[in-house]
Amino acid sequence: MNMKWLEDWFEKIEPKGKWSWLGSTYEAFHTFAFTPKTVTKSGSHIRDAVDMKRSIIIVVIALMPALLFGMWNIGYQHYMSVGTLSTFSFPLFTCFWFGFLRMLPLIVVSYAVGLFIEFAFAQVRHHEVNEGFLATGLLIPMIVPVTTPLWQLALAVAFAVIIGKEVFGGSGMNFLNPALVARAVLFFAYPTHMSGDKVWIAADLWGSDAIAGATPMGDLAAGMRPSASALDMLIGTIPGSTCETSFIAIALGAILLLMTGIASWRIMLSVFLGGGAMGLLFNLLYTINFPLSTYLELTFYYHFLMGGFAFGAVFMATDPVTAAQTNTGKWIYGLLIGAFAVLLRVCNPAYPEGMMLSILFMNCMAPLIDHCVVARNIKMRERRAVK
Amino acid sequence: MKNFDLIKLPFSKNNPILVQVLGVCSCLAVTAQLKPAVVMALSVTVVVTLANLIVSLLRNTIPPRIRIIVQLVVVSTLVVLVDQVLKAYVYDVSKQLSVFVGLIITNCIVMGRLEAFAMVQKPWASFLDGLGNGLGYSVILIVLGFVRELFGSGTLWGYPVMEKLGLYSIGYENNGLMIMPPMALILVGLIIWAHRSKNKDLCEQ
Repeated sequence: MNMKWLEDWFEKIEPKGKWSWLGSTYEAFHTFAFTPKTVTKSGSHIRDAVDMKRSIIIVVIALMPALLFGMWNIGYQHYMSVGTLSTFSFPLFTCFWFGFLRMLPLIVVSYAVGLFIEFAFAQVRHHEVNEGFLATGLLIPMIVPVTTPLWQLALAVAFAVIIGKEVFGGSGMNFLNPALVARAVLFFAYPTHMSGDKVWIAADLWGSDAIAGATPMGDLAAGMRPSASALDMLIGTIPGSTCETSFIAIALGAILLLMTGIASWRIMLSVFLGGGAMGLLFNLLYTINFPLSTYLELTFYYHFLMGGFAFGAVFMATDPVTAAQTNTGKWIYGLLIGAFAVLLRVCNPAYPEGMMLSILFMNCMAPLIDHCVVARNIKMRERRAVK
Repeated sequence: MKNFDLIKLPFSKNNPILVQVLGVCSCLAVTAQLKPAVVMALSVTVVVTLANLIVSLLRNTIPPRIRIIVQLVVVSTLVVLVDQVLKAYVYDVSKQLSVFVGLIITNCIVMGRLEAFAMVQKPWASFLDGLGNGLGYSVILIVLGFVRELFGSGTLWGYPVMEKLGLYSIGYENNGLMIMPPMALILVGLIIWAHRSKNKDLCEQ
């Protein structure tokens, strides 16, 4: 690909003199387009150490199956509840187009607000703008209900970027996952738009009206068995937050993340192990007629398929900045995320989806886990040396 | 000039909440609405001012080993008086504030000013110092109460501002997070952030 002309053009517009205060902004675009300088000369079999920009781009690519499926599902849910699905000659395309038009404003608002704040902070602090927000800005619209009003989304994104990230020094210094901070803000600030039965299905192309559609989690919180079958949940043709319904689409992204080594397999595996163990424990309690809730009889692997469990395990818990850093720490961190998520779902009817809060909680605990693991390691080696 | 500083400094460079980081607990608890915040601010100002004055008058007769107990007796007497006045004249707010009026006794600002200032300064200076710190505390409380009630409940002093502005009809909604104490802590953090960026000499290295 010949990009010489673009590079020449960039060199021509490099800000000098009275425009030099725009240096950081210029640098950001230049870096985005032309760094790292070294490119693969021949063959694609040579593996290199990826830099931050490339790893973020891979995360964005890994999100694509879930995003595309989510767009289709928004339209599918809409036309299913309106009841006009069978009248279309190209239902696949019609559904996708509806979802695309609903999803686009969410994505644009999320990126515009977030990137504006990132650039402003970088400019004031004379830092370089880095690429962390490219993934965060896409993750946020993917985990909110499709009917979220845009101004609320903008507020949540601003809050997440400023309070969740910039006050601690920007990307890499944050101890909470900014995308989940945005969702938590929406969850606590505007609960009517985040839970309840009239949230999940868009009533029309514009506006934030919704049609009542029960999610499996909502069914369970209300004390009923979920109406969707396991197969529906596996494929993802159920109401839910925009792009987290399909286990299969998320699994495709997970494969890419694991193959490139961007996400830690230890964390991903241990989240599922922790959730499964907790689910089995509750199933056991059900067999001895422990009086708690209808949630107890839910077969343990249903927890993986419902709500944001899989999405959180694959894309949120594995965020390398906020997760535990040591290998042992990653196991503990993942196991506890899974266990707490299932515990919250089953035992606390006020929070039908425990994944968000459980990951945020373990984000806070990750430095402590690492500290203990390192301290224990030092003690063990000391003992060995003294012997 | 020096006396004037006693009033002025607690507003800026030596604010009890922003710089000394005292009295944060009550400022998170009572500021969900403006009215209780103002009443609480007044109560604390009255207590800390009078306590400073009384303890300063007594300072030469208080044996050092039992000084905390003497201070506590003075403060508790004042707090009980304030509590009775609130119950008599603004019963509903007094209900809302519940234990937090009684807890003024343990407000760190009160004990802090008594220990650090009134025990070693003359009565007039102590009076001004108490007044300054009480007002410095009040300013933050009122700002928090204003922001939290306006955005959390859409009202000010019970008056439905947002409704009168017609914001609900164009899709505006109250922010439930504002009513929760954690948001008050974040707001205090934001105020401290702004305050430190104006007064660079306060920043820890």
